[in-house]
Amino acid sequence: MQDWEVVIGLEIHAQLTTQTKIFSGSSIAYGAEPNTQANLLDLGMPGQLPVLNKAVIPKAIRFGLAIGANIGRRSVFDRKNYFYPDLPKGYQTSQFSYPIVEDGGSLEIEVEGETRRIGITRAHLEEDAGKSIHDAFPGMTGVDLNRAGTPLLEIVSEPDMRSAQEAVAYARKMHELVQFLDICDGNMQEGSFRVDSNVSIHKPGTPFGTRAELKNINSFRFIEQAIEFEVARQIEILESGGEVVQETRLYDPERNETRSMREKEEANDYRYFPCPDLLPVVIEQADIEREAEAMPELPDAKRARYQQNWGLSEDDAQVLTASRAMSDYFETLVDLTGEAKKAANWLMGDLSKALNQAGLRIDQSPVTAKMLAGLMARVDDGTISGKMAKQVFSAMWDGEGHADEVIEAKGLKQITDEGAITEMVDQVLADHPDQVAAYQGGQEKMLGFFVGQVMKASKGQANPAQVNAVLKARLAQS
Amino acid sequence: MAIEKKDVTAIARLAALSVEEEEIGQVAGKLNHILDVLQTMQSVETDGVEPMSHPLDQVQRLREDTVTETNQRDRYQRIAPAAEKGLYLVPQVIEQV
Repeated sequence: MQDWEVVIGLEIHAQLTTQTKIFSGSSIAYGAEPNTQANLLDLGMPGQLPVLNKAVIPKAIRFGLAIGANIGRRSVFDRKNYFYPDLPKGYQTSQFSYPIVEDGGSLEIEVEGETRRIGITRAHLEEDAGKSIHDAFPGMTGVDLNRAGTPLLEIVSEPDMRSAQEAVAYARKMHELVQFLDICDGNMQEGSFRVDSNVSIHKPGTPFGTRAELKNINSFRFIEQAIEFEVARQIEILESGGEVVQETRLYDPERNETRSMREKEEANDYRYFPCPDLLPVVIEQADIEREAEAMPELPDAKRARYQQNWGLSEDDAQVLTASRAMSDYFETLVDLTGEAKKAANWLMGDLSKALNQAGLRIDQSPVTAKMLAGLMARVDDGTISGKMAKQVFSAMWDGEGHADEVIEAKGLKQITDEGAITEMVDQVLADHPDQVAAYQGGQEKMLGFFVGQVMKASKGQANPAQVNAVLKARLAQS
Repeated sequence: MAIEKKDVTAIARLAALSVEEEEIGQVAGKLNHILDVLQTMQSVETDGVEPMSHPLDQVQRLREDTVTETNQRDRYQRIAPAAEKGLYLVPQVIEQV
């Protein structure tokens, strides 16, 4: 029997990083008290007119250019009509026939060493809805409209993905891209980046099958699991002679299954029409050129540069570009120290470990790139050893000040005085005549033992390289 | 294309309007009258005419991305039929899960 082919298209909602809503001057700061950031327009009160936020346009253009799409020089807002309490106007303002980012865009993904290009149908501007709270009040639903009117860019892919792995690779790549473009903070927990997956199966060479939509899954791992489950479910239905129903399904990560939302019939008739309250948005060539010039370096280019110019491995380059914040931190550190490899080691070593343990993002690190550069400078000039540096780092992490302050306060200065080191070396050699004899008898690995003893005698403060050199010289003499 | 009774019922449901059974025929007639007018307009030659998305021949005005609104929740909620713990309350919506 011929195998089923999986067909996946994704719709991604990226919340744009603005101060205010798309059509009103209300703040969109996350986590505010309910309805304290919802004005009369956001509440859908009559007599209020929307005025478009200037900041969303350059962000949409930048995105369009980054994926190589045509920019809609004249885009139009439409009303998408449906009833739900968290949408008090009775329609969502969106773009339908004339989106701001038109066709022609794509994104390259890599899965198991194979590169594929995924088409992007379009991307349009729209407003978010509010939030409904269902279980808190007997017989009533609570509505918080703080989120209503938050600016979103909805990015619609072609049905070009053929496996859950490809879908996740595309979603991750998009997640990375919008952050590097500085148009979305990518925070999935706060709902700033939401992925809906359209999944169907068919036999190659036959028309696409009926699709199910998996909505609002907020982790990449769950997206993969949800698609895997959904594909297996559809195969089972079709192979037992059934039919897949077009519907929205919710993924339950605890049971690892998708469940039908049992939508009402006709629920998908949105009766779009141009919004009479908003005029067409016109983009001039100059607006596009301005964004093209200001285009930041994108992740793929960064990775190539890290490998070519700084000799980092592909894996390291990948880790260091995991987020815009990460690569910003790294590049600042390299600028300050001129040491790409060492900077990379700090970032992927002690810093990442500390961040993971504290559950912090790199832009929340108590040790800034500048502070870390200060510490690296003290290792570089021999003031402290690499081992001491780790100690200084954790003190800096705990808020005990800059590297120099910590070194001073803890008396961590490395002993580099030749005379003092020679004195300690001589003492150690005098205390261990048997080991000296063994070394001179050819057991050169005894050197490590002597280094250890000297370091112990110096309470770890002697410069290990110097200790080594002095030891070798003294052992050769005696 | 003529509108039938079942179309009226469907449109009314989408628009959340309640149309009495005996009114349906009348409403269908009115809607068909509107469609007749559109039919006349359809016969006009429009090849090469740019579709107009708005009757005003102007482009969208833009607003600076600066917070201009202050918290007026208490005033707004005073005129709401029901509000509690800062939330607007509406009759229970059955979550379709």
